[in-house]
Amino acid sequence: MKCKKCKTKAVIGLPRHNAAFCKPCFNEFVHDQVARAVKSERMFGPKDRILVAVSGGKDSLALWDILLKLGYRADGLYVDLGIAGYSARSREKVERFAETTGKRHQATLLIHTVQEEEGAGIRELADLVNRPTCSACGTIKRYQFNRAAVDHDYDVMATGHNLDDEAARLLGNVLHWQEEYLEKQGPSLPASVEGFAKKVKPLYRLAERELAAYAVLNRIDYIVEECPMAKGSKMLLYKDVLNRLEIESPGTKQSFYWGFLDKQAKAQPAPVSMAEKDQATLHPCSLCHQPTTAEICSYCRMMARAKAGSLR
Amino acid sequence: MRVQLSHPERQVEVKGPKRVRELLRDLNLIQEAYLVIRGDDLVTEDELLKDEDEVEVRPVISGG
Ligand SMILES: [Zn+2]
Ligand SMILES: [Zn+2]
Repeated sequence: MKCKKCKTKAVIGLPRHNAAFCKPCFNEFVHDQVARAVKSERMFGPKDRILVAVSGGKDSLALWDILLKLGYRADGLYVDLGIAGYSARSREKVERFAETTGKRHQATLLIHTVQEEEGAGIRELADLVNRPTCSACGTIKRYQFNRAAVDHDYDVMATGHNLDDEAARLLGNVLHWQEEYLEKQGPSLPASVEGFAKKVKPLYRLAERELAAYAVLNRIDYIVEECPMAKGSKMLLYKDVLNRLEIESPGTKQSFYWGFLDKQAKAQPAPVSMAEKDQATLHPCSLCHQPTTAEICSYCRMMARAKAGSLR
Repeated sequence: MRVQLSHPERQVEVKGPKRVRELLRDLNLIQEAYLVIRGDDLVTEDELLKDEDEVEVRPVISGG
């Protein structure tokens, strides 16, 4: 296989683009896709301060790497959930990346430890509140990232969700006709109310395989093993199904998700209506002042139940 | 050739020479969900792997 651009030996083939690239041309392709995403979805500008949610996995570390190399002002936030073994190993990967690539670009790493803040690890918390761990984990991460972004005055928070993540989530939402979630599935969500940070997904144009390849080619050391809590998660099944379709007809994932985004953009000026809806329904949590639709936010409710449980 | 696999971590012996595409097919793995790494380098689907090669077949889906 030869590189489509420079005709030297290729390191990766990209059937969905009918292309193959050598390492330098592949890096250029990846940086290009992110630059296009940032521009077309008006995610942020060169002066904005960006907080990247880093987990130690390939997507978030690749995202941080790409943003720094594109010249953006991006810091990292790692939330230590205290998952036995896994958290220590993933944290180490993040810290090592921050000390090397991060430092070279004057970027800093913030670390929030759930155990220190709330007195329990994620498994204990999930047991106590009796919820599947992935959902508890999602609530905690979303809450911590949003609060950190707002408290430290970041203009925008960026997550490493890739094309496969978004297509799998869309498939799940469509299969169950969860229309209320469809509205929030865009790659750029505005800071609709005070206390809610703007959220962007600059990797939505890149497939999971492309990000793993980027990490390998650029010697980004990431955690390969799955989170022990995520086994058997529905998302993995949806991804597998989509990958089987992708093999049969390359480009299926992007036409599914990007097609959805196109339709959504044409159907309604989504950011405005969503911002208005948020303004009408959200108000500060009576305990922590983060925005919520209820009297007390889901994070505070979960922590209260966890603490009540631990006293029993 | 020696093939390193993940989830769960294990090694298998596969007779070479063999193209990457055929190796994945024999292992019943789909191209879109794996990378094949030899040494520090990615190899494309049409690459011929030698019997004395050591390769890693790495799943692209991982936690977080
Ligand atoms: Zn090239
Ligand atoms: Zn609260």
